[in-house]
Amino acid sequence: MVDILPLTLHDVQVYKRRKRLIGPIDLTLGPTGTTIVMGPNGSGKTTLLRLLHGLERVGSGQLNWAVATTEAHRHQAYVFQSPIMMRRSVCDCIAYPLLLRGVAKKDARAQAADWAEKVGLADALQRNAKVLSGGEKQKLALARALIRKPKVLFLDEPCANLDGAATSEIETILQTARSSGTRIIMATHDMGQAKRLADDVLFLLKGRIHETNAATPFFEAPQTPEAKAFLHGDLIL
Amino acid sequence: MNDILQGLLQAAQLILTLDPDLIDITLRSLQVTVTATLIASAIGLPFGAWLAVNRFRFRRASIAVMNALMGLPPVVVGLIVYILLSRSGPFGVFGLLFTPTAMIIAQVIIITPLIASIAHQALRELWAEYHDLLLSLNTTKPQRMRALIWDGRRALLTASLAGFGRAIGEVGAIMIVGGNIDHATRVLTTAIALETGKGDFALALALGFVLIALAILVNLSIHALSQTERGSRW
Repeated sequence: MVDILPLTLHDVQVYKRRKRLIGPIDLTLGPTGTTIVMGPNGSGKTTLLRLLHGLERVGSGQLNWAVATTEAHRHQAYVFQSPIMMRRSVCDCIAYPLLLRGVAKKDARAQAADWAEKVGLADALQRNAKVLSGGEKQKLALARALIRKPKVLFLDEPCANLDGAATSEIETILQTARSSGTRIIMATHDMGQAKRLADDVLFLLKGRIHETNAATPFFEAPQTPEAKAFLHGDLIL
Repeated sequence: MNDILQGLLQAAQLILTLDPDLIDITLRSLQVTVTATLIASAIGLPFGAWLAVNRFRFRRASIAVMNALMGLPPVVVGLIVYILLSRSGPFGVFGLLFTPTAMIIAQVIIITPLIASIAHQALRELWAEYHDLLLSLNTTKPQRMRALIWDGRRALLTASLAGFGRAIGEVGAIMIVGGNIDHATRVLTTAIALETGKGDFALALALGFVLIALAILVNLSIHALSQTERGSRW
């Protein structure tokens, strides 16, 4: 498999209508593990993930993958906070990324059925994806993301608005993906989930990386007063 | 009131007796309109999708022009096509004037902007919904257009049916380029215009009822075949 990591960002900033959304950011993401992106609302978590995945343009600075950017994009997947469902059956939604790669429809559907089973959607294969529940939609989005066996998986608060059971199922899928070599970069507000999944943490504040550390030291002894306040659940203004 | 009643009775009589002239005119109407709708859809639907996914310098102006062309006056279209196809015109050599082909050309020009515009409106909303996903999946522009056209096929069917509706009721352009020649270019609308001119309101109304029934029948058949009202099916 192609090694697209490490990913390095040097002095990267993102602008929208001349307003700086995030940056300057300096960051290196290594080839393994799960990185959790945390921070209060509006701190730039989603923008950072979208930037890394190529959905936001680099305003200034340098963002470099270990391979050419176009090649790197072929080995990534992204799960949105509100899963985007195509107007197709569950099976066809999951199979779609394979069809884009030229896999024969029959093979793509067979693989989609396998993935549907892995994420617990085997009974919903022929159902309209639009009418699934929130948890089922998120599982479908995960299966669709993982079916191409991405090297890097970005997730933007995939368990927001889900109950404990659905969250647990999704975390199990993520841990399986991680153990099979997928690099996970995920934004979450859920402190418990962050502690369960994180190998390291990026703490964002006002569009900048305010603190970055391995998970255990970050949660046990945060370096900055803002991170400490955030972990205590205090308001950060 | 009497004319309407008489028209209804005459329409029923014409249909029940399978009047050869009525059958001939109706089949020609269908042939011209369905062909024009298929050609205009083949042009307008991909163009609507292309406009939805592409950003270019004069995009807004292009959309404004396309929307403005929805209101193309059929008589003017008929006149232009007439000039182009007449013996002294640039395409006169093909001898298409006063043939069903000329009528199809005029109808295609009239309904393509309508189909493209409705398609664009529908696919623009779908594109807004799919934008991030399709970009994230690293799709090419043709792949994006294909996804939009396939997933938006219900809305596109409506666009095509709107085109069909406009074409089947059109009279100005096809009268000019077709000439309303009996057993050659006479269709329901031109026949209605002729019978009205002759003062035969009952027959004109009868043909009018047939035209309305035909339009409804085609729409219902397409909806039934494509099962557009079944929400659980895509």
